[in-house]
Amino acid sequence: MSSFIHAEYPVAKGDYTRAGEASTDIKRRLRQLGVGSNVMRRVAVASYEVELNLVIHSDGGKLTLDVDTDGVLLVSEDVGPGIPDISMAMREGYSTASEEARSLGFGAGMGLPNMKRNADEFDIQSEVGKGTRISMRFHLA
Amino acid sequence: MEQTTNRYHSVRLDVTRCKGCTNCLKHCPTEAIRVRDGRAHIIDERCIDCGECIRICEYHAKVAVTDNLSAIKGFPHAIALPAPSLYGQFKEIKSISPVLDALKAIGFEEVFEVARGADVVSRAIKEKLREPGLPRPLISSACPAVVRLIQVRFPDLIPHIVDIRQPIEVAAEIARDEFCRKHNCPPEDVGVFFITPCPAKMTAIRSPIGQQKSAVDGAISVMEIYGKLMPHIGRILTNPTQPSSTIYGVRWAASSGEADAVCPDNSLAVDGIQNVSRVLEEIENNMLSDLVFFEGNACTGGCVGGPLNFENNYVAKNAIRKLSRACSREHPTEHVPASMMTKYPLYFDATIEPNPAMKLDDNIVEAMKKMSRMNAILDGLPGYDCGSCGSPTCRTFAEDIVRGNCSEMDCIHKLKDQLKIMAERMVELAQTRRE
Repeated sequence: MSSFIHAEYPVAKGDYTRAGEASTDIKRRLRQLGVGSNVMRRVAVASYEVELNLVIHSDGGKLTLDVDTDGVLLVSEDVGPGIPDISMAMREGYSTASEEARSLGFGAGMGLPNMKRNADEFDIQSEVGKGTRISMRFHLA
Repeated sequence: MEQTTNRYHSVRLDVTRCKGCTNCLKHCPTEAIRVRDGRAHIIDERCIDCGECIRICEYHAKVAVTDNLSAIKGFPHAIALPAPSLYGQFKEIKSISPVLDALKAIGFEEVFEVARGADVVSRAIKEKLREPGLPRPLISSACPAVVRLIQVRFPDLIPHIVDIRQPIEVAAEIARDEFCRKHNCPPEDVGVFFITPCPAKMTAIRSPIGQQKSAVDGAISVMEIYGKLMPHIGRILTNPTQPSSTIYGVRWAASSGEADAVCPDNSLAVDGIQNVSRVLEEIENNMLSDLVFFEGNACTGGCVGGPLNFENNYVAKNAIRKLSRACSREHPTEHVPASMMTKYPLYFDATIEPNPAMKLDDNIVEAMKKMSRMNAILDGLPGYDCGSCGSPTCRTFAEDIVRGNCSEMDCIHKLKDQLKIMAERMVELAQTRRE
């Protein structure tokens, strides 16, 4: 199905000054489309988590938003470093965040489980040395 | 003053004073102002009556409509409900009493401190915070502009709003009831008037938030009566009216007063509407879910920063800090009797609905089509956000085009480009030789 709305947000590694801008723009768009409060809130939480993940953990990547009449698709793709053990990373409280990230209040190890909880469909693929792709779908009512 | 729809707003535009400049455009937190045909227009559906434009307009073309003092003559009896921020307007006083007596001197039969309402509400919120299963943080419902901001820009945060009435509403219920019992008169004979520091509260009386009907009959601005109160402030009375609110209730006048009263250990108080927007954004992202309570005030400094006050907010806050020291230091949970908590309506009896003013279309497919067009238009705009077109940013301009409110040539930079092309063609034409 072709999407009506398509937007891409490049996210640079360690760019804390711009962290959160993509998710703010995503929320604004969904509000203008009239997406319901329940979906809005879940997308807000998940998009912010995934955007921060790119800033903190990845070597850089991009966030892609697609909206059609069925729902919202949020995809995060990065160029590395990849996750060696996905089941470990999906565990609550597990974190590999740097000291810098932790001192800023990030990296509590809730990111991935939080995304999964908020999305209606969640998929994660990762290869060490290549990168990670996270895909989240949110159904419209 | 203009009023284009049946939605009530205290904030209006005085067309005769508007120069059509773009100062107000950028400061509106809901992008509710446009300049068209050389003058500002307020989009009724979006305006949250925060008063930011009143503060910024140097031509005083943005005004707040409030009641005149003469409105109290419409009732056999009139009670004044002074906002605690009123006390901060008089920096030379040593106690609250002269303010209460001055209100009586200018025509009110009785005075009831809104700070007493704040005491009751403080106790109610504190009890509410103990209830399990509520979203975190709970958001204060006291500032009507912040509640309306949530309705327009953060509708998914509506379940966070604490469902307890504002101090002025609680104060009005108690004031009227006590007066009627004391004087044995029917409730409709009593006019209850709020002395307001802001237009947002005036609007909340006409279009109540979380309530079917307001218990307040009108709002008179601090500015309107400041000069009238002044001559009475210095007078020493043999039997002055004694305040009966606590230090907690009085300190609701400034930012963090409410948070300190209900949850001093784990709350956050933010003032200034743009700052409040930023923090609401974080609450929306679940970044502050470890907080128990959030207090947001649209005005810098809290209610002492209201645009209808006389004194600047820092001086007023300082005055209130000093004055409140003479009040009871008992916490509202002890000061307010338990019987009070069931005697008067403290909770909402109407739901707060999202305000879909930002929506491009009621039909989501149409909204998507409009957004696609909007993005295509935006790509062709210069991105200066200069405001010359009368919209606050290039993005809102693109939005206004797809909504059918203006055309691309309203962009002065687009127009110049177009003129350049036309001029080049004219030169080409002029240089064409006859064969």
